[in-house]
Amino acid sequence: MSFLEARGVSKNYGGVRALKDVTFTAYRGKVNVLVGENGAGKSTLMKILSGSEQPSSGEIVLDGEPVVLGSPRAAQALGIGIIHQELSLFPNLSIAENMFAGRELRRAGRFVDAAAQKRRTREVLGRLGQDRLDPDTLVGDLPIGQQQLVEIGRALLEDVRVLIMDEPTSALSNHEVDVLFEVMADLRSQDVTVIYISHKLDEFRRIGDWVTVFRDGALVAHESMDKTDTGWIVRQMVGRDPDSLYVRNSSPVGEILLDVRGLRVPGTVRVDDVSLTVRAGEVVGIYGLMGAGRTELMETLMGMRKAAAGEVKIKGRLEGYGTVQARMAAGLALVPEDRQRDGLVQTMSVRDNILLATVARFTRAGLLSGGAEQRTAEAKVRELAIRMPGLAATVTALSGGNQQKVVLARALLTEPVVLLLDEPTRGIDVGAKAQIAALMAELAARGFGVLFISSELAEVIAMADRVLVMARGRITAEFTAQNVTEEALVTASASDSVLEATP
Amino acid sequence: MTDTHVAAPRKTAGAPEPDAPRNQALARAALLLLRGRTLVVLVILILIFSAISSEYLTQSNLILMTKHVAINAILAIGVTFVILTGGIDLSVGSIAGLASMVAGGLLFKGLNMPGGTVFFSVAVVIVLGIAVGALVGALNGVLITRFKVAPFIATLGMLYVARGLAQLHSNGGTYPDLAGSAARGNEGFHFIGVDSLLGIPVAVWIMVLVAVAAIVVTTKTPFGRRIFAVGGNERAAVLSGIRVNRVKIAVYVISGACAALAGLLLTSELGAAYPDTATTYELNAIAAAVLGGTALAGGRGTIIGTVMGAFVIGFLSDGLVLVGVSTFWQSVVKGAVIVFAVITEQAQQRLQSGLTKRTA
Repeated sequence: MSFLEARGVSKNYGGVRALKDVTFTAYRGKVNVLVGENGAGKSTLMKILSGSEQPSSGEIVLDGEPVVLGSPRAAQALGIGIIHQELSLFPNLSIAENMFAGRELRRAGRFVDAAAQKRRTREVLGRLGQDRLDPDTLVGDLPIGQQQLVEIGRALLEDVRVLIMDEPTSALSNHEVDVLFEVMADLRSQDVTVIYISHKLDEFRRIGDWVTVFRDGALVAHESMDKTDTGWIVRQMVGRDPDSLYVRNSSPVGEILLDVRGLRVPGTVRVDDVSLTVRAGEVVGIYGLMGAGRTELMETLMGMRKAAAGEVKIKGRLEGYGTVQARMAAGLALVPEDRQRDGLVQTMSVRDNILLATVARFTRAGLLSGGAEQRTAEAKVRELAIRMPGLAATVTALSGGNQQKVVLARALLTEPVVLLLDEPTRGIDVGAKAQIAALMAELAARGFGVLFISSELAEVIAMADRVLVMARGRITAEFTAQNVTEEALVTASASDSVLEATP
Repeated sequence: MTDTHVAAPRKTAGAPEPDAPRNQALARAALLLLRGRTLVVLVILILIFSAISSEYLTQSNLILMTKHVAINAILAIGVTFVILTGGIDLSVGSIAGLASMVAGGLLFKGLNMPGGTVFFSVAVVIVLGIAVGALVGALNGVLITRFKVAPFIATLGMLYVARGLAQLHSNGGTYPDLAGSAARGNEGFHFIGVDSLLGIPVAVWIMVLVAVAAIVVTTKTPFGRRIFAVGGNERAAVLSGIRVNRVKIAVYVISGACAALAGLLLTSELGAAYPDTATTYELNAIAAAVLGGTALAGGRGTIIGTVMGAFVIGFLSDGLVLVGVSTFWQSVVKGAVIVFAVITEQAQQRLQSGLTKRTA
């Protein structure tokens, strides 16, 4: 039964039509999945349904009644809650304080009732499978997956009739995703209408009842989930066949380019006695849960963290300094997991971001040569097919996939022999993912070694020649492209999840 | 490889609204005005004051005002380097004072060495004075990078320490006569602060030199690019192989050296060195940088903007004095102008990001 409906909704931003005459139906007591590439219009529709944007035309119908959602507060009052993709938490406040931020429980009408807040927080955390989490813990001290759960918990505190989730699992480990899906099933049984936006095909097929596909601002398909398969969904999303999605690397394997022996890094998330090799022409994937030490391993290889023990050989030569500069000179380059935090200088132009690591090369008599800079940046933009308003535009004007390519372009300009990529396809749409995958295969074909981290099973299986599995800082298994299976990866990675590793 | 991105360009998604191009043109014009706002404000100031007082726009008054501007501009240029990296330097006024006392002491009473008192030539004294400033700046940089002291705290501490050292240098007294003598070979200190070349004060020439050098360093060198990167996103800078600590120490050294140079100009102008030289000048310097569009968060700003900011502050203060506004009101006006500048800066950022998003 239809509960929330958008009828003939359009949205214009200036001269741009972000939504074109969309009629969307969400059913009561069902999980309604929304898919589509970035910019397809799903987030715009969700902003309209949660009251933070107004439609240019069309109407919203809630439970048979036309409604005006003039503000997020008005939508909340009607029982429509939303969990945004970007976390909106206060890292300096505790879990309980975050949960009740702006709607604190009162005692005597005036004072915050901290005890009651903590009690309710504990209940909600229990519902999310986090009973061991102390409500007094600062949110900033939590790994990002648990922060996401706090955000979800905040929405659960209210009596929601419609819950919109905009990619809530992008930072969650498999175990945490399972917990979230249990919560979603629970909400469904309580007749809550769940609208769930996701990029992860293998995940939403498990939980979704209905799937709606958006492309270029229009609703292109709406179907009961059991009448669809993954191929059908991808075809609707990209308007073409999914077989071309991932390009497998098939280049011959050459000499060992990166040789790591007995690497140890202490810390809350540690790297424990890791040895691995990457050869020329090889694409090696590292699969594991969040907190398994994958990012820490990459950052240590790149010289951003100090190793307590172990050696790193690049092209057969021991690199003993362990600084970013030395590792870069020896031939490593890292494309980090969090583009915004570690990759981009948001105040700088596309061009300056691309050239940042190699800017000293473009000088004549100590002064920068604008022409050489422009030519080099233009060449990289063409090579990686970066779509942008112009080289002088600020880098924040680009889409996620193109921002990722800017970071990749910068790494490639340092002329690495081994490219380290930490979750290179996280948060970018299917089309851009395919491009990044194709690029990785192409780089391997050109004789680079490629070492990448991925949390998506389908991706790591489709792209890697060899898969290493990390858990609790150790490499627990190694598979080849021939003998790898989803089950084997999950088993090898799940021995110790992040939750046990967190004190 | 081919461009497999499938999302159609958004511009073709629908017919643009009829008034969109005109709005866009208006927005662009407003942006241009906001970008050049420091210049606009300066022109307005000059128009207002010259309407009130016929003396304002005379050649002699312009030269005099520009000379006043020079000292603050040099301080502000140094501070801009620091602010661009996301730091702050509160110690520049005190560094100017310390450099003043060191140079004054060397000229007035020489340096006591085992063999007797030694006097240095003016050129050497100036170099030593600037070196003292650079050294204090380096100390700031080391405190901030090696000992992880927040820039505000480190340089606030240095504000007191350097001022104290300046007072200790003469036990609180003044070095009254810096003319030097032929016998000591240290005549001519008045050249930098009093004399003119081609009708323009030497101090103004020095400001121009410092500004040109700073513009070249910030816009035309890899080091300049790294300054902006460190201020824009320090973690990304680290990952790009930039030695962030070195960049940070370098900007505090530059700031210290500029401060010392400004202190020497001031001392030369006065013909005497006293320990309270340039007290609270750090605030004017920071104000000039902010007025010129330098973001306190780092990563955004220009040297030319800072120089313009210094002109606005200087021409405003002198203009208010000339038309007889009380010093109390001068303070009120100056403060209001600074806050107003930051408000317009934010308007500019909003408009700018709005425009790039629309064309993206």
